[in-house]
Amino acid sequence: MRLLDIAQFASDSLHGSRTRTLLMILAMSIGVASVVVLTALGEGARRYVADQFSSLGTNLVIVLPGRTETAGVSPGMMTGQTPREITLDDAEAILRGNAVKRIAPLTIGSATISRGALNRESVVVGSTFNFLEIRHMSMAVGEFLPPGDIHDGASVCVLGNQIARELFGNGQAVGQWVRLGDRRMRVIGVLSPQGESMGMRTDELVVVPVATAHQLFNTSGLFRVIVEARSRDAIEQTKKEVEEIMVARHSGEKDVTVITQDAILQTFDRILTTLTMAVGGIAAISLAVAGVLIMNVMLIAVAQRVREIGLLKALGASPSQIRRMFFAEAALLSGVGCVAGLVLGYAGSFVIGRIYPVLPVSPPWWAVLAAIATAMGAGILFSVWPARRAARLDPVTALAGR
Amino acid sequence: MIELSQVSRTFTVGDQQVAALRGIDLSIAAGDYVSIMGPSGSGKSTLLNLIGLLDRPSSGTYKLDGGDVTALDDLQQARVRSEKIGFVFQSFHLVPRLTAAMNIELPLMLAGIAPAERKARVIKLLDNYGLTDRADHKPDQLSGGQRQRVAIARATSMHPAVLLADEPTGNLDQATGKEVINLLEALLEKNVALIIVTHDPVVGGRAQRQLHMVDGQIISETGRNP
Repeated sequence: MRLLDIAQFASDSLHGSRTRTLLMILAMSIGVASVVVLTALGEGARRYVADQFSSLGTNLVIVLPGRTETAGVSPGMMTGQTPREITLDDAEAILRGNAVKRIAPLTIGSATISRGALNRESVVVGSTFNFLEIRHMSMAVGEFLPPGDIHDGASVCVLGNQIARELFGNGQAVGQWVRLGDRRMRVIGVLSPQGESMGMRTDELVVVPVATAHQLFNTSGLFRVIVEARSRDAIEQTKKEVEEIMVARHSGEKDVTVITQDAILQTFDRILTTLTMAVGGIAAISLAVAGVLIMNVMLIAVAQRVREIGLLKALGASPSQIRRMFFAEAALLSGVGCVAGLVLGYAGSFVIGRIYPVLPVSPPWWAVLAAIATAMGAGILFSVWPARRAARLDPVTALAGR
Repeated sequence: MIELSQVSRTFTVGDQQVAALRGIDLSIAAGDYVSIMGPSGSGKSTLLNLIGLLDRPSSGTYKLDGGDVTALDDLQQARVRSEKIGFVFQSFHLVPRLTAAMNIELPLMLAGIAPAERKARVIKLLDNYGLTDRADHKPDQLSGGQRQRVAIARATSMHPAVLLADEPTGNLDQATGKEVINLLEALLEKNVALIIVTHDPVVGGRAQRQLHMVDGQIISETGRNP
C-alpha cells in the first residue's frame, strides 16, 4: 500500500466523521495555540527587559558606594547612603584600569528649575561629557557637557526635551539662562526625546557638570560611577580592576559594590526564561490532554469501524497496513490540529502585540518546535494502542460486527 | 487447488469445547462450482472462513495451490488473501463513506498497485458490472442489487483464484438474487473456483458439487440436479 493511499484513506475516514474530526482538531489547536501565545508573552517580557537594559548602554560596570552581600537590588543601592563616599578622585582613579574605556560619574538630586515666572521641580543629574555616549543618548540641539576637568563646576546645563519645551515652548533654549536651585546657568543643549528607560524619564532630566551638582547639593559623594569596559570580554576584568582600585583607595576595605549590567540582565533573563518555560509547560499539559482525547477518539473509531477492519482484512490488508491506516489518521488529526494551532497562536500573538506595542511579542522558536513535537508526539503515541488493537482484531468476529 | 485434510476447528465457549468442524476432507479444483448447504450452526461459515484464511484450523492441514497455508503468519496470509481470494458477503460489507468506485479500488490499493493501473481496472470493472453511472455514488445511494454488484466487482478486482460467497443472495429479493448468482457463475468461465454458502436450495442446487453439512461434518456430496 502506498503512502499516499494511506494518507488518502485516512483523510477519507476523517471526512467520514466530520464533527468528531473538527472537535479533535479544535482541542489540538487550542493546545498548540496556548503554548505559542503563552511562550510568546513570556519571551516578550524577557526581551522587553533585555531591551530596557541595553538602552542603558553596553558593556557597563556600575560602581555603587557601600557593600551589598547579595547581587541584585538592595536598599543601599537605591538611596546611595553609605558610610564612605565615592569621590570624584575615586572616579578618576578608576579610569586608570586597563580594561576601562571611559567612565561617567553620577550624582542625582532634585532642584527647582525656573525661567522667569515658569518653574518646576526636576531631577538633576550631575555627570560628565562621557555620560551622553555611555547612556546612548543624543542631542536635539546644542552641545552636551563640555569635556575637561572633572572638578570644574561650570554653570551650564543640558535640558531634557520635555523640560526645554515646558520652559521655552517652541522658542530657542540654547544660550538662554535658567535658574537651577540657587544658581543661574546657561543652557548649552537640549536632549532629543528618548522616552523612558528603566523607569527614568530622560526627557525630564536636567544634566549639569558633576562638580556643579556637588556644589548645588552640597555633597562630595557620588551616587554611582558608570564604567564602560573596552569590550564585552573585558567586563569581568574591568570589574576586578575597579574593585582593586577602590579597595586600594579605601584603605584596604572593600566598601563599594561593583555590579555588571550583564549580571543583572542574566538574572532577569534566567527568571523570565524559567517563567516562559513554566507557562509553556502548563500549556503543554493541555496538549497532552488533547493527545489523550485523540486516543479516546481513535479507540471509539476502532470500535465503530470493527466491521470495516474485518473487511479490510478479508480484502487482504495485513496487520501492519491496518496499524498504519489508524496511525495515519491520528497523525493527520494532530498535524492539522497543529497547523491550525500555530495559525491561531501566531494570530493571537499578533493581536496581543498590537494591544501592547511595548511588548515585543513573538513566540520563541524552541517553544514552537516543542509545541509541534508535543502535539505530534502525543497524537501519534496515543494512537499506538488503538492502532494495535485494530490490527489485532480477529477478522471473523470483526466481520460479524462483534 | 484447495486441499483440506482432516481439518477440525474447535471453539472454546465458556469452559466448553465446541467443535465447529470435525475432520473435514475436501478438495476443490480450479473452475469448480461448489455450494455448501446445511442448517445453522452446521459449520458452513466456519469452513468458508477457513478456506478464506480468515480463520485457522485447530488441527489438520490446508493446502492452497500446493502450499501449506496453515503455517503462514498473519502477513503472509494477508498476502494470499489479497492475491488469491475474493469475498462476497451477505450484507455486502461496503465501506459506507467511500464511493462505489473507491470500494472496488480498495483491494487494489491494499495490494499497492499503481494508481494509473488501478483506475483503468476500476473503470473496466464498473463497466463489466453495469455500474458506470453509479461510480460516484455512496453505498447508501445504491440498491441492494447494485451494492452486491459493487461487492462482486471488488471481490474480482484482484483476479482471485477462489471466490467465496457467504449467503450472497440472503439480503436480496428473488430477481436480484438470480441476477447476482448469474454474475458469480459467469466467473466460472475464467476458471475461478466458486464456493457459495447458502440456505437456499434453489441457489445451492445450481452448483456442480453440493456439499451438505451437519454438525461440522460433510455428510454427503451430490451433483447438479437434473
